[in-house]
Amino acid sequence: MAGVAFRRLLSAIPVLLIVSLISFGLMRLIPGDPAAAIAGVSATPAQIEQLRRDLGLDQPIYMQLLDYYQGLARGDLGKSLLLGKGVFAATMERLPVTIGLSLYALVFTLLIGIASGIVAALRQNSWVDQAAMMFAMIGISVPNFFLGLLMIILFAVHLGWLPSGGYVAFSQDPAGWLASTTMPAFSLALLQAGLLARITRSSMLEVLRQDYIRTARAKGLPQRKVVLKHALSNALIPIVTVVGIIVSLLLSGAVVTEALFSLPGMGQLLTQAVLSRDYPMVQGGLLLVTTFLVLVNITVDTLYAVLDPRVRYE
Amino acid sequence: MNLLEVRGLTTAFMTGRGEVNAIEEVSFSLKEGEILGIVGESGSGKSVTALTVMGLLPQPPARVAAGEVVFNGQNLTRMSDRDMQRIRGPGISMIFQEPMTSLNPVFSIGDQIMETIAAHERLSQADLRKRAIDMLDKVGIPSASKRLDDYPHQMSGGQRQRVMIAMALACNPKLLIADEPTTALDVTIQAQILDLLMDLRDEFGMAIMIITHNMGVIAETADRVLVMYAGRVIEEAPVAQVFDRPLHPYTRGLLECVPSLTEDKPRLVAIPGTLPEPARRPPGCRFAPRCSHALPACSEAIPGLELLEPAHAVACFRAKELAPA
Repeated sequence: MAGVAFRRLLSAIPVLLIVSLISFGLMRLIPGDPAAAIAGVSATPAQIEQLRRDLGLDQPIYMQLLDYYQGLARGDLGKSLLLGKGVFAATMERLPVTIGLSLYALVFTLLIGIASGIVAALRQNSWVDQAAMMFAMIGISVPNFFLGLLMIILFAVHLGWLPSGGYVAFSQDPAGWLASTTMPAFSLALLQAGLLARITRSSMLEVLRQDYIRTARAKGLPQRKVVLKHALSNALIPIVTVVGIIVSLLLSGAVVTEALFSLPGMGQLLTQAVLSRDYPMVQGGLLLVTTFLVLVNITVDTLYAVLDPRVRYE
Repeated sequence: MNLLEVRGLTTAFMTGRGEVNAIEEVSFSLKEGEILGIVGESGSGKSVTALTVMGLLPQPPARVAAGEVVFNGQNLTRMSDRDMQRIRGPGISMIFQEPMTSLNPVFSIGDQIMETIAAHERLSQADLRKRAIDMLDKVGIPSASKRLDDYPHQMSGGQRQRVMIAMALACNPKLLIADEPTTALDVTIQAQILDLLMDLRDEFGMAIMIITHNMGVIAETADRVLVMYAGRVIEEAPVAQVFDRPLHPYTRGLLECVPSLTEDKPRLVAIPGTLPEPARRPPGCRFAPRCSHALPACSEAIPGLELLEPAHAVACFRAKELAPA
């Protein structure tokens, strides 16, 4: 199992290299001058020129790239042009908000998706199945910002149960964190939950037809054990693969959700950085988010080996 | 008292074309320690009969339309699923045709044997392990205590079938249903598994219902044999009588299909035609369209199972006149 994790870690290196190259290149393909953006509308051309030289943007692109990679080799992501602080420090302020929101949404996704998928599979073609799949379809079809708006109108404006926006750090006040992230997490989760419910249902239906399920019944095991042990443990194998993808979808969905609920997360930070052409911030921020995603996928692959002994011994 | 009494069992399936009987009016009984062979082509209803006895058919689409299954004095067809769980394992257990897919790939074989015992008896973890090792020993898995933690994919087909047998016998059942236990295995392994079943029968004393399409398996194992065709029992007799004096034209046909090493048969005889689908069974005797002795009357009514000789029943209008002298 450690072998699986190690191999995946090695294969992550080229992924990160390519991502860093793409983010570097893309930023420079976007028209716009960071020096002009930072200096503001009232700056003179001389001031802008001076700023450009200070930021090292007067250098040819290959020199800038070399500089960037030299910094990376030292573990230095550079300084944000706009915020005037280190990219790593700026990211570490915001990334926990986004990761917290995404993981909370993941909990909703797993609970709603897997539970309704199992129930639907066990009652295939019954009204329970059809109701569950209809809700899954609604979850998939409704854009999460629209759902978020509806939730704000209902729970914040009319009922006043939850705040319509703002953020409380978990370390300061866990209850406050829950209050400020429950609506965003739920609206973010529903789409993925719908997807997961459908996948769980078909995976369970496939497994429930297998010979070993009949064997488990023939041994006189109670239904609970047949379903939750023998069927689910096999059905989870394809589901886990999907969960890796779901985490990345949640992270990217979080950008919109953060804007809607005014949460100070990575979405806000990166949107701002892109708009003001904050090259180091965008490059470093993307690289850190990618690193997190790669780690999630390594965890998923390792989990695969935990669930399936046939993978473990290969 | 008989251990198992099946009376007039009819199992129907809901299909796109309405309800269709997979088996009809199947009756037989089994004494303690007896080995009953059920023989027939694929689709003749052997497995449906076994799965109905076990209560393992998904309902719906399946339904016991008529008849009853009485095991040890209890009517299984009227039993709740929860009560049925207590019968499966210590009462009746079953092994299947496909050892490659009948074990759960993600749990060790030890875990799968131990959970069977744990479902029916209160034992400590250490005792469970001991019993599981003991069972693996009995079915001839070498160095059982080491293999206990192996996963199914680390074993061969023959070994997996041995594990299935160990699992099925772990709770000391009174009846073992073996549904084509050797069909998926190599010929040499087939004989080993059959020998093992016979040895274990002597040791555990359970009754066995062995389902097969192979007359050779029947000859080697069974005390009594039930021949099924298109969902109905057409002949029932002690095994020696079926081989010496088969009374139903279909049974005779089946026996002529068996290649012989000693007799000089110029060519293997095949029964013409194919088994009718359950939804397209002919009226009257189900075998009539394929039978070389059929009369017009055979297609009008279904012949009932009648005792023609002591302990030898047959469902054929012309059995008496066609019987070998």
